[in-house]
Amino acid sequence: MTTFQQVLTVLIAGAATVLTRFLPFFAFRNGAPRYIRYLGNVLPGAIFGMLVVYCLKDVDVLAGAHGAPEALGILVTGGVYLWRRDMLWAILAGTLSYMLLVNLVW
Amino acid sequence: MAQTGTKMAAFKQALPLSFSIMAGFVFLGITCGMYSSSLGLPWWMPTFMSIAIFGGSAEFVVASMLPGAFDPLTTFAVILVVQARHLFYGLSMLWPFRGMGRKKPYLIYALCDESFSINYGARIPADIDRGWFMLFVSLLNQSSWVLGCTLGGVFGSMIPLDIKGISFAMTALFVVIFLDQWLQEKSHVSSLTGLAASAAALAIFGADSFLIPAMIGILVVVTALRPKLEGIYANGDRAAQAPAHNENGGDEA
Repeated sequence: MTTFQQVLTVLIAGAATVLTRFLPFFAFRNGAPRYIRYLGNVLPGAIFGMLVVYCLKDVDVLAGAHGAPEALGILVTGGVYLWRRDMLWAILAGTLSYMLLVNLVW
Repeated sequence: MAQTGTKMAAFKQALPLSFSIMAGFVFLGITCGMYSSSLGLPWWMPTFMSIAIFGGSAEFVVASMLPGAFDPLTTFAVILVVQARHLFYGLSMLWPFRGMGRKKPYLIYALCDESFSINYGARIPADIDRGWFMLFVSLLNQSSWVLGCTLGGVFGSMIPLDIKGISFAMTALFVVIFLDQWLQEKSHVSSLTGLAASAAALAIFGADSFLIPAMIGILVVVTALRPKLEGIYANGDRAAQAPAHNENGGDEA
């Protein structure tokens, strides 16, 4: 993308965000339809699952390190989160261990 | 003078309640800014995103898209889905935001997960002005996020070292949110559908164009399973009524 296209992309993402924040104040003043409420309850798990896959989309399990640094990084992140229940420590520990692995081991 | 006193009292009420989130936002903002720099984006891009978007998950995803091809439709659809949970924050704030006048547009624009948690859950003493309280909570949170993103963008573009691997911060963020969601939910059908549909779409359509097919797949599956799932997922029907704190894992901005 050119810088102009990047700025445009950010503005489009901003418009999508603003839409989700303002819409209820215009469209759902008397409550949302049942199907929309169902989606609101059911979707978050699926969306964050999708985003995890999105983060791993360029990992090649057939070549290079076969995804080992990513797998170990996820284990450290998940393990620290289960242990401390603290999001920031988990992200810090997972990212640092991944950085050590890709810079020093693989 | 009375006006100044009202504002000061609301500020003093808002600051301690926002403090831990402010610290988290500065840290995560720095990470987001350094991640953007590691992608070769200009130093001001994280700052620009923190104002134009103000949503951590979305900003990480958008940053990851910016080095690629211009694809406004995918960007719009993906960010709409990633941010869809805000619809339910808005529904819950219809009443609390009534009569907020000129503060209302900013309160709605800045309604991120964390500001929602504080403003929705806070027991505000009767002698504190609710409007100013909520405004200060939102302002303090966003200022911390903008500050963190700016610091990360500036430092990230100055550091001559190879920061190979910083991109994993985004993976770690979503792993934590996913895990938190997993621990709270009564059924894992949705989480597993998200993983499986996305993995299948990735295998079929490839890394550059799997997101929209993945979202369609997820929507088709959860709609088909609605008769089975609606009762299970409605147990904690937080939509429109009483969204719990950290509804989505206390994600980001």
